[in-house]
Amino acid sequence: MDWGAVLENTMRGLIGEQFVYFALAAIGLNIHFGYTGLLNFGQAVFMAAGAYGLAMAVATMGLNFWVGIVLGMAVFPLILSAIMGIPTLRLRADYLAIVTIAASEMFRIIARSPSLDKWTGSSDGLTAFATTFYDLSPFDRSQRYLFGLFIGNQMWVVLVGWVLVALAALVVWTLIRSPWGRVLKAIREDEDAARSLGKNAYWFKMQALMLGGVIGAAGGMLRAIGTQSAQPQNFITDVTFFAWVALILGGVAKVGGPILGAAILYGVLNFTDIVLRQMVESGIISSSIMNGTQVGQVRFMLIGLGLILLSAFRPQGVLGSKEEMALDDR
Amino acid sequence: MTGDRNPAAALGSVAWEPGVAKPDPILVVDGVRRTFGGLTAVDVDHLEVQRGVITALIGPNGAGKTTFFNLLTNFDEPDAGSRRFDGRDLDGVPAHKVANLGMVRTFQLTKSLSKMSVIENMRLGATHQRGESLWRSLIPSLWRAEERANTDRADALLQRFKLDHMREEFAGTLSGGQRKLLEMARALMVRPTMVMLDEPMAGVNPALKQSLLEHVKGLRDEGMTVLFVEHDMDMVQEISDWVVVMAEGRIIAEGPPASIGQNQAVVDAYLGSHHDAPLDLGDS
Repeated sequence: MDWGAVLENTMRGLIGEQFVYFALAAIGLNIHFGYTGLLNFGQAVFMAAGAYGLAMAVATMGLNFWVGIVLGMAVFPLILSAIMGIPTLRLRADYLAIVTIAASEMFRIIARSPSLDKWTGSSDGLTAFATTFYDLSPFDRSQRYLFGLFIGNQMWVVLVGWVLVALAALVVWTLIRSPWGRVLKAIREDEDAARSLGKNAYWFKMQALMLGGVIGAAGGMLRAIGTQSAQPQNFITDVTFFAWVALILGGVAKVGGPILGAAILYGVLNFTDIVLRQMVESGIISSSIMNGTQVGQVRFMLIGLGLILLSAFRPQGVLGSKEEMALDDR
Repeated sequence: MTGDRNPAAALGSVAWEPGVAKPDPILVVDGVRRTFGGLTAVDVDHLEVQRGVITALIGPNGAGKTTFFNLLTNFDEPDAGSRRFDGRDLDGVPAHKVANLGMVRTFQLTKSLSKMSVIENMRLGATHQRGESLWRSLIPSLWRAEERANTDRADALLQRFKLDHMREEFAGTLSGGQRKLLEMARALMVRPTMVMLDEPMAGVNPALKQSLLEHVKGLRDEGMTVLFVEHDMDMVQEISDWVVVMAEGRIIAEGPPASIGQNQAVVDAYLGSHHDAPLDLGDS
């Protein structure tokens, strides 16, 4: 076993690119579900809005990179929130769940269609929209940074990601302690009670959907920048559920919950990946049980097992509060 | 505020009949009808609620009291008819705006917000808070002073409702009676002119009942109008200035509490369906 490689890979999972993308997506979900009680099963579509907003602006329409940032992080997710929220937010929570999951699949399938090739690049997606971003990088492309964990461009993406995660967490932390956040929590607990006290529950839910969507879009956009491509298969429903897993692992309705959850999720995924791979290669696990190509699936089985154990023994997540959870049963 | 509290006295000259006009109505209902499929749950021709008094809305189970209540507060929309509150047509006004107009309600199944502390429940009740705007909420200095003022008001109310020792507890840990008290106190944070209480005594132990009664009377003494739905006849008898009786969706009787027990229509309505409610209204 090469423990150096194990450590390096695990660290890359804990603080690397995947962590950053999914921490942002999960912070957005936390605003939706954790604080407002909105069931958003289509966070992938907000991420896609961020990715395609930038990619289409720059690669398809030839607009300025910064215009693309505004489109991807504000215009696209806000329009999307309005489209999904206006018909459903007056109704029970389940309707938003249905609409979000449908919207995220519709977007992906439409983006993939060959007839839209010159707009979305169909299934190949769009590339070459992030040069401005990398031109701004203070890091040397050929150098490795942070004890050799990241090469220059990766380091730049990850650093910007950390800043975004910290900013998003700070915004959530401030908002949740404000009267605005109090109304969100009241809506989560009982929407009718909030309305009976003069709160426009519909509008607050819309604002929460938009804010969480914008943060999710930031995650998706950064992912497109990091992989230098916006592709439909980067935004399949699995992506939504990774964000959910991160949120539930870390602890719902806690500012640090989604951040810690995303770190644990990708830390564990990377750790099990490299450990299993090395065990298969060195023959500790014989090829009659499992071969190298099955490692990818087995690590998700282990994550699943971990989630089952978590919901049995610590349903509130790592950071969640047991007292609050217990109040649900009353 | 105590000496010349005329509103109740003004009811002395009002006839004891359904739909009768009152000298100073705050709430006027005309031809309100609500059907659920083939069932007509509410069909009220005319009702006026006098300003500044306590009006009880009673009736046997299934009479449509809670549905009527929902229609008055716009938590439900009638199929036909109009409701005017303080001279304003309520048609098409969203429920939260009705609260902002000064008519605030409580619920039969208490809606204390379990995972919020008692004081946070109270603070929520204050209307038109600056910090409830998404942008302003990001800059605490814009709303902190208002928050302090609201907290002071909330603390005073908690003290009055004897909940101050629970200030920091989650509302979900309160007893049923305490939740009723909290809901009433929270409603007062709205600074209402009219308070609508849906079964304020349901599930409250006898020891707390008396203090709840005093609190309801206190609302009237501060000049608020109270309309409450209740099954507890002792409460109706003790604190209401006027009683409205509903049965099968219609208003079948109105009058001062002492008059209701002798009303033949009321006796028929109760004994014809359920007689689990005590009917010794006239003689205590």
